[in-house]
Amino acid sequence: MAKIPVQFMLNGAEKAEFIDSGTTLLNALRDKIGDTSPKGGCHQGTCGACSVIIDGELRLSCLTLAETCNGAAITTTSGLSQGGVLHPLQRAFLDAFATQCGFCTPGMLMAAKVLLDHTPDPSRDEVVEALSGNICRCTGYEPIIQAVLTAARSNSQNAA
Amino acid sequence: MALALQTFSTVKDANAALKAAGTRYLGGGTLVVRAANEGDVSVSGLIRSTEPALSAITVSGREVRIGASVTMAAMARHPDLSSLARAARAVGGPAIRNMATIGGNLFAPAPYGDFTVALLALGATVGTDDGEVPIETFLAKREDNHAIVTSVGFSLPLEGGFRFLKISRVKPKGVSVLSIAAVLEQAPDGTVSSAHIALGCLADRPMRAKAAEKALLGRKLTSDGIAPALAVASDGTSPITDAVASAWYRNEVLPVHLGRLLLA
Repeated sequence: MAKIPVQFMLNGAEKAEFIDSGTTLLNALRDKIGDTSPKGGCHQGTCGACSVIIDGELRLSCLTLAETCNGAAITTTSGLSQGGVLHPLQRAFLDAFATQCGFCTPGMLMAAKVLLDHTPDPSRDEVVEALSGNICRCTGYEPIIQAVLTAARSNSQNAA
Repeated sequence: MALALQTFSTVKDANAALKAAGTRYLGGGTLVVRAANEGDVSVSGLIRSTEPALSAITVSGREVRIGASVTMAAMARHPDLSSLARAARAVGGPAIRNMATIGGNLFAPAPYGDFTVALLALGATVGTDDGEVPIETFLAKREDNHAIVTSVGFSLPLEGGFRFLKISRVKPKGVSVLSIAAVLEQAPDGTVSSAHIALGCLADRPMRAKAAEKALLGRKLTSDGIAPALAVASDGTSPITDAVASAWYRNEVLPVHLGRLLLA
């Protein structure tokens, strides 16, 4: 089968690759481009571990075909830290022990980032709702919720 | 196995391409890519259309037309459709709602397809290039449908007339034990003058609770008034059994939740 070109912005850098038609964005990112931060959990749209941000919206890269992302701006967890400095969400996750095995963490961070991008000072219920498509089998969720709330407070203090 | 995706600018061209064996229409990907990921070898090619009308929402008075590619998230945030937002938000988590489409939801097997339950209660019509059909007719033969669904249309219910309930074991979001949508109209004396009730997970696809609808007519929405409707709520149901709930359980709890919805 002939390869087809795909081109998009990944974490602010332009990426171009040749892929098989029908390749999921998850597989293109991990196997072709080398960004392994999105995780392949269920491949069914159930666990949220593969979550990425496409043009400002949270999406599941396991159910998104890469060729439908031509021209899009894609953010993954790899793009969160800048110059070796952790993103406030990453720092809050570490401080709150919000990560244990770590498999769900990239998806959780993406879901939390979209929430804080649109709702800088979320309520606890809004955090729970924002994370409702992401499954964690380790933490019991509470440390993750607290980490997102802490990051939101940190952001608002820095902005003040 | 990789799938070949073909993109067409018009529904007409996409419909023509869909005649090839093994092809499926790609909406948001939450059904068909999921099936392919699961190993459904009957899917060998994907077709999609980028025709702008598929992504449009038009509201004229109480008449609503929603393009089949409109996502649940777009539906939930539309200012003129706030009365239906609860049903749109019942579908999946935020990422799924950014992808799942109105058109795709029509094909979602139980326990999915919660928004279609709402559309059934609303008495929607389903549009294709071949014309429009009532949603009940469409759902009954949806496996035989080979034309791309282009839109759904319905009339907005009167204020407060639409009710929706989704029951799941996982909070705040999980797969449905069942979902119920109701469009009710009441006479000035409080008695029910019109009732459309739709059920999800009580069959392999959304179904109307016609016996309950009939039993509600002329009754007030009180515990005594709705009792006859609850007694026949399970008439004609054939619930699914899955990891979330057995068919027996779904039938047992249906009157409880229908009662809560009607008395809310």
